[in-house]
Amino acid sequence: MSDARTLFDKVWNARVVVAREDGACLLWIDRHLVHEGSFHGFGMLDHSGRRVRRPDLTFAIADHYVPSHSRALPIADPEAAGLVATLRENARRHGIALFGLDDPRQGIVHVTGPEQGLTLPGLTLVCGDSHTSTHGAFGALAFGIGASEVAHVLATQTLWQRRPKTLRVGIEGTPHPHVAAKDLILAVIARIGAAGAVGHVIEYAGPAIRAMGMEARMTICNMSIEAGGRAGMVAPDDTTFAWLAGRPCAPKGAGWDAALAAWKALPSDAGARFDREVTLDAAAIAPTVTWGTSPETALPVTARVPDPDAAEDVARRRQIAEQLAYMGLAAGAPLEGTPIDRVFIGSCTNGRLPDLRAAAAVLKGRRARVPGLVVPGSVAVKRAAEAEGLDRIFTAAGLVWGEPGCSMCVGMNGDLVPPGQRCAATSNRNFVGRQGPGARTHLMSPAMAAAAAVAGAIADVRKIVA
Amino acid sequence: MTPFTVLAGRATVLDRANVDTDQIIPARFLRKPRSAGYQNFLFHDVLLQEPDFPVRAGTAAVLVAGANFGCGSSREGAVYALVDGGIRCVIAPSFGDIFAGNAAKNGLLTVVLADAAALLGGADRLTVDLPAQAIICPDGRRFAFDIDAFRKRCLIEGLDDIGLTLQHEAALAAFERGLPSWALLAGSPAP
Ligand code: SF4
Repeated sequence: MSDARTLFDKVWNARVVVAREDGACLLWIDRHLVHEGSFHGFGMLDHSGRRVRRPDLTFAIADHYVPSHSRALPIADPEAAGLVATLRENARRHGIALFGLDDPRQGIVHVTGPEQGLTLPGLTLVCGDSHTSTHGAFGALAFGIGASEVAHVLATQTLWQRRPKTLRVGIEGTPHPHVAAKDLILAVIARIGAAGAVGHVIEYAGPAIRAMGMEARMTICNMSIEAGGRAGMVAPDDTTFAWLAGRPCAPKGAGWDAALAAWKALPSDAGARFDREVTLDAAAIAPTVTWGTSPETALPVTARVPDPDAAEDVARRRQIAEQLAYMGLAAGAPLEGTPIDRVFIGSCTNGRLPDLRAAAAVLKGRRARVPGLVVPGSVAVKRAAEAEGLDRIFTAAGLVWGEPGCSMCVGMNGDLVPPGQRCAATSNRNFVGRQGPGARTHLMSPAMAAAAAVAGAIADVRKIVA
Repeated sequence: MTPFTVLAGRATVLDRANVDTDQIIPARFLRKPRSAGYQNFLFHDVLLQEPDFPVRAGTAAVLVAGANFGCGSSREGAVYALVDGGIRCVIAPSFGDIFAGNAAKNGLLTVVLADAAALLGGADRLTVDLPAQAIICPDGRRFAFDIDAFRKRCLIEGLDDIGLTLQHEAALAAFERGLPSWALLAGSPAP
């Protein structure tokens, strides 16, 4: 069937305003989310004397620089306070809705956007943040952009893009209990590599994806960028529609019916062609942990870290040795049992209610042996978690329950992992210095991070809760 | 944006894969205004750890890097740090997509060349001829490269692409009018 189209094709084709002969397409942008870091983009806009074309489709959310220890204003760090104030001022000047520090809708952009129903199937959505891929979980085409592109979208509500290639990642089978979406996506990245999807939009499909709730799908799409992907998408289905119904900005009444009809036509047609396809068996994936300084260094928790001497070539040998040295790990050492100094549970990858529930299930009635910070992804998540008593489970275990924001994922608000310390983290990046200069990050699922807190070491959650 | 045509200058080699934007510029400097002198943040923490690190501000115009250069975050500050540090061209087997887009917007040319480091390893000066789409080594060897035609034109002419886009105003306005109502906002996001 030559006219069979993928989910990506359908969303892309419906948003091309101008297709030039040289292959560049002017793409309409349905939603634009901006955070404190967008001050460069606003600066460029102001410099050119231009205005925001569609303030009604632009939303300002404070997340990267907000403190997680207290919501009491003012913010102590003058530069961070200045960035939050600048966002507020830019939103005010341009008539953009602001979810500021004291707003019940505040949260990490990629948690708040879907919660408010700003993210919908079939839309294009951008934000000056690489993890914008998260929103693809709803069947939107969502991707991160730089400051110049932020300025371009502010001024024109469009972007020039070249049509990316498509990669279908099929996840077959059923994962074992205690194997979460985070484990699956880490396994995907380990399989295809940190550059494995460069230039591609990934569609995640297969029974394991269909069986997932929206939060798990967001965890999967969130980390598309860690495989180099331009975006990640999941076809919308009844799970998506049920999650969206009644959200503040989702269509209502007749609008909902029209939307639903359009959304149901979005999934990839049978026989649609992808440029590449990869398949994994969820049942073969164990709880997964990274050992190095790229998300592609993910291994089953039962594995040993690599030995550079066993590597096939010199470059690879050097690369492994450098990563082991930074991470303070011995060649060939078992991952399980590696002592940790702290845990961080949160971020746009794993800061939603089911993530906190999974961590709390492990921590309930247990004590953490190391200090740790649990940061809900949004005010809504925080309130829902508190209504269930999850906060009390965390604090009873000895962990700190924080205020919503990016926090220790990137440390811009001052929540840093001290140099040389080892952190079990539910975030998405273990780059050199990501959580602070000299910080050593091991990426894992919320349940695995909770297990690490209880053991004071990297642990197999299946043994802790057995 | 400074137009880019032919660049002849000193080249330096950074032979490692997956050099991410957190390394190019640590997150804590992203709060600085554009006028702050971003060259001072270029590989800031890496340089503290590795005194022999081959890339620093003011020493080269061309950087020959490993695969997946600029992977990670969308921070355009990574490009500002390179450009303010005097680097106008990065040659690598592959790039992070967002990084490459950001680079073009700031007059930084990214050239995709398989096995870049091995091909150019011996040279310390290179000529990058964008109109001719060629890298020329001091010994006369030439390596052709591909580049997106639109990106090439923007770089050569130093174009402001917002102005370019607004030339399509009629098409844009028509598209905007034709959007399905469900794609617009159903209600304002009420607190
Ligand atoms: S939580 Fe981390 S990855 Fe997500 S938007 Fe914030 S800083 Fe970026």
